[in-house]
Amino acid sequence: MSYPLHIVVCAGIVPDPLQTLEPVTTPAGPGLKNEMVLPAVLDPWAASALYEAADLAAKNPGSKVWLVSLGPKAKLQQVMMTVAQKVAFELVPIDGPIGGFPDAHSTAAVLAETIAALPGLDRGKLLLFGGWESATRGAGVTLQLVGERLGIADQFQGVDQIDLHEDGSFEVLERVEGGKHQVSVCAGAPAVLGWATGSLAEPRNNPQVGMANMRTIMPALQKAKAAKLDANGLRYVSVSLPKQQRETRVVKDRSPDEIARELAEWIGEEN
Amino acid sequence: MDSILVLTHADESGSALSKASLEAVTAGMELAGKLGAGLAIGVVAADAAAVHALAATGARLLAVTGAEFAQARYGSDAAACEAICRAAQASLVLAPGSSRLARVAASVAHRLGGCIDTHISAVAVNGGIEAARWFYRQRVEAVVSRAARPWFLLLDAGTHAAYAGAPAAVEAEQVAVTLPPLRTTVSGFRMPAQDAQTIRPDAKMLFVAGAGWTKKQPDGQVHAEEAGKLILGFLRATGASLGSSKSLVDQGSEGNFVLPFLTHLNQIGQTGSTPRHAKGLATCCHGEEPHVVGWRFIGARRAISLDPNCGWTRGKADVVYIADAFPVIARLNALLEAKKA
Repeated sequence: MSYPLHIVVCAGIVPDPLQTLEPVTTPAGPGLKNEMVLPAVLDPWAASALYEAADLAAKNPGSKVWLVSLGPKAKLQQVMMTVAQKVAFELVPIDGPIGGFPDAHSTAAVLAETIAALPGLDRGKLLLFGGWESATRGAGVTLQLVGERLGIADQFQGVDQIDLHEDGSFEVLERVEGGKHQVSVCAGAPAVLGWATGSLAEPRNNPQVGMANMRTIMPALQKAKAAKLDANGLRYVSVSLPKQQRETRVVKDRSPDEIARELAEWIGEEN
Repeated sequence: MDSILVLTHADESGSALSKASLEAVTAGMELAGKLGAGLAIGVVAADAAAVHALAATGARLLAVTGAEFAQARYGSDAAACEAICRAAQASLVLAPGSSRLARVAASVAHRLGGCIDTHISAVAVNGGIEAARWFYRQRVEAVVSRAARPWFLLLDAGTHAAYAGAPAAVEAEQVAVTLPPLRTTVSGFRMPAQDAQTIRPDAKMLFVAGAGWTKKQPDGQVHAEEAGKLILGFLRATGASLGSSKSLVDQGSEGNFVLPFLTHLNQIGQTGSTPRHAKGLATCCHGEEPHVVGWRFIGARRAISLDPNCGWTRGKADVVYIADAFPVIARLNALLEAKKA
């Protein structure tokens, strides 16, 4: 027996993790040097959420997945060329600023307003997915605030697994301290799930899925509403790269025994 | 004039405060001292005895206690924290960035019409209050301030010493909470067997295993089983915590050789954790920036690498040994075991 769900995934776009980042001051506040030309990817933990959403939807016929993403239209289009080939979804783009420096409260307000206005969304079936933290701001608060604004009373963060039961209730595993998972059972939707890594590998590119997605993605991007994010009283006193640079001693041509002795001594030192 | 509330919660025993909570108490006392501000401490716990650890703080103590608060659950914890915040009427709310409070703090700030910043590594008073935090997964450091109040600051673990005042029997003001209908039940925890648990947040050392452990060795063969034994042997001998690179953890889902005790929870870096330990030893890691990110808060750092030109070690590690980790760790384990014996 299946349980149709309406899964809304909130996912931003972030600079490719291998890019070198340099903060700069812009008229709109802090930003990254050449931010608009840095290669971008879907936020990694939010991408896990998207793959888990698609998997859950596939196992429960009648379900639907929306991907709500806030960013500059041009960057969203670029990232969607890849993401669209992974899993089926309906894109809900919001044309807004890029990066981790805008205020999370303002971001959450725009996302919540957009989700509340989604045509055909049944809030009784809603599972709100996203990454538990982004790779930009990394605050872990945006999804929580969106859920709160939508009046969702059950929230889970650091989720690695969800098992949906026949009655619509589900068991969820959340990361807690010490390498453990807290196990909870929720009566069912609506709920917020901020995903960590999950358990699914990144799906392989599927051109057929890509073509089907792109039929709706391009018109959606053309119609994307523009959003301006308020600073909300947030002021950046400074933004800088860490200056910590160590004098690295490179040890070559030493036997394993010599290295092991040196390491054993170092490990035994108090500090 | 700002006033300060420190939100805390009990550990799994239900009757003692978590270590992260005691660290937040220290931060609150320090900040209150600098500002000359009033200090209140709120406690969410199953057992009212959890407040005894705070007897010597001299702060106003508020508590929400009862069986409903034994479990870390969004509905009950958010209601409890909201009630404490309304009772305290503080303009600054400090709290540990624990999984329990990180799950609810933003919502509580929203309910109170306030703002929140998380992963705070330092709080300073320079005319106003300034909080330091990292962006882009520990790659960019920023200092922020806010005009809005109440301002919630979630503190990263390990940034302050845990408060250790003398415990004594003390009564806290009990704060009444109206609970919403609770639709979630916490049924427990899932974890590896005690002797198989490789994540140890309180360990002095972090041992990082990279993908090189499961690559072909000079004899043309993969020695994943031997690698596993060596790594676990090192963890046993030192009590170290185990971190790994994403590439090593991902190998399982890609059908390659895996180390069976590694999970995504071990992962450090861009899509993993950024743990705090006094020492770190990296082995068989390659040169990606994400590894540097995962090491941001490691004190003394050493690495064993076959690559003399490995970019990530230069300027990041204190010492890098250009060597094969297999024989080095084998001999090191033998030395450490002999020393223990």
